[in-house]
Amino acid sequence: MAATALAADYRRFTRLRLLLLGALALALVLSFVADVATGPSPFPARDILRGLLDPPSLGRAQSVILWDVRLPYAVMALLVGASLGLAGAEMQTVLNNPLASPFTLGVAAAATFGASLAIVLGFGAFGLGQHVAIPLLAFVFAAATTLLIQLLARMHGATVDTVVLFGIALLFAFEALGWLLQFIADSDALQQIVFWTMGSLARATWPKIAVVAVVLAACLVMSSRQVWAMTALRGGEEQARSIGVAVERLRLVVLLRVSLLAATALAFVGTIGFVGLVGPHIARLLLGEDHRLFLPGAALAGALMLSLASIASKTLVPGVVLPIGIVTALVGVPLFVVLILGRRRRA
Amino acid sequence: MSAAAEGLAIEDFAAGYGPREVIAHLDLLPLPPGTLAAVVGANAAGKSTLLKGIAGLCSAQGRVRLDGEELTRLDAAQRLQRVGYLPQLLPQGSALVVYEALLSALLGGGRGTVSAQTEAAVERVLDTLALRPLALRRLDELSGGQRQMVGLAQVMVRAPRLLLLDEPTSALDLRWQLRVLNTVRELTRRTGCSALVAIHDLNLALRFCNHILVLGGGRLLAAGEPQATLDAALLRRAYGVEARVERCSLGYTVVLVDHAIETEETG
Repeated sequence: MAATALAADYRRFTRLRLLLLGALALALVLSFVADVATGPSPFPARDILRGLLDPPSLGRAQSVILWDVRLPYAVMALLVGASLGLAGAEMQTVLNNPLASPFTLGVAAAATFGASLAIVLGFGAFGLGQHVAIPLLAFVFAAATTLLIQLLARMHGATVDTVVLFGIALLFAFEALGWLLQFIADSDALQQIVFWTMGSLARATWPKIAVVAVVLAACLVMSSRQVWAMTALRGGEEQARSIGVAVERLRLVVLLRVSLLAATALAFVGTIGFVGLVGPHIARLLLGEDHRLFLPGAALAGALMLSLASIASKTLVPGVVLPIGIVTALVGVPLFVVLILGRRRRA
Repeated sequence: MSAAAEGLAIEDFAAGYGPREVIAHLDLLPLPPGTLAAVVGANAAGKSTLLKGIAGLCSAQGRVRLDGEELTRLDAAQRLQRVGYLPQLLPQGSALVVYEALLSALLGGGRGTVSAQTEAAVERVLDTLALRPLALRRLDELSGGQRQMVGLAQVMVRAPRLLLLDEPTSALDLRWQLRVLNTVRELTRRTGCSALVAIHDLNLALRFCNHILVLGGGRLLAAGEPQATLDAALLRRAYGVEARVERCSLGYTVVLVDHAIETEETG
């Protein structure tokens, strides 16, 4: 029937993309298992499965390694990667800029400043200790930055330029403040700050994981309601406006959402760059920009990148766990270049 | 609703950007349903502002009635369901495929999902504009003209009662200019929707439109049936050029521009 031929063509076209999304998910599962299996003591996949399905069957030592070390690390890598990938994808769409990431608007710089402040002041978060105080202050400053940008943008009209310029101004302001803190910090504190900025999954615990998971789930649900508006925006801002998308409002809502998402993720693991920038590009290369596929794809790509980085951080130098922030870029860049080159060849 | 209340009517209309008023005190006699009106005038005469103001996409005051309904009382989303505005800027080259660009035009403003109706609407408009071969091509692989056609398809797929097209032929070659205006004319005739088309090519306006609005300095200089309205004096006032309005060998009225008038004579 001629009337539905085009729709059928499009469904066939989408089916390929769905397969790619499925492949991404499968790769993520494999990477996750490999991540859990990798470490100083061997942990075969069979034991992982047994430990997950029937925890008492594992020995005491094995059980502690699995539930207190390997799993929290691996799950946190997944969740943080997915959060940053999703945040970056939405950020790139609403700012219409392929270089945008959660770092563009100063969220990471503010989080770093908050964490540095907690370290330098020895702030204990009302007796709760530094392991609460550092993520708490990191989040508070990242969230405050986001709200400040929102306020300025609302007063001045939320065009792409306004938002990006305010974000960059805050980025430099927080970097300067961060350096000031490093300058006055003693050598112990300085070392801690530097280590924090390199990012580490070693700070993962189940309560923290729960917080990141809840925020990520809530953001995914909220994004899913705006997929078509964001897709329309990719056709052009004026075009989107003329079909009834309130572009400025969409931009502010999305920025608020993804900044809080990124702030939550970064607060617990430190600054992990690159994933938020490149995860969306990988998703775009594989899946195009229909946001029904692009957003989950970016989350999966981000999760896969960080999961692979987590494996690499444990294996690159035997006996040492490298900071994940360093490894992410080292592993991610070659992958990214291969994808870009592959696309050139096909085109 | 009486038949007299149908079509488009504009009273005491003003539009602009923030404090800057581009159009002031513009009145338009009711245009009957099915009118295809050209909006012409020099650069910065207020063509785009008029179209945006009617669509509610820039600040505007006054009354705009479409088929007896006061558009200015509707909220932005409702207004943009009735009115289809084609921006002067082409759709940007992104990784979206044409089919997705059209789906997003139907669904982006609301909360709907893909259905048999949306699929049928997309397919129909792609066929009307002969864009079917491009349906699964990415926007960043298309030429400027092709993207302009996609922009028009995005407007048409929503089946608005009033089309506001801002220079829909600016990136098109001769053949496609004719095809696009012909398609819009067919659409207004078939469905009784109206269209305002901002356009620089007066000969295309004369050829396809059954009404013309000549703007100058934010005011309406003249309006009416194109061939009766355009004359040398009006062209001098509107554009600052010496021009002749003549009949060609096929009987069409054509404008021949001779030269620009050196000293600015604004009307």
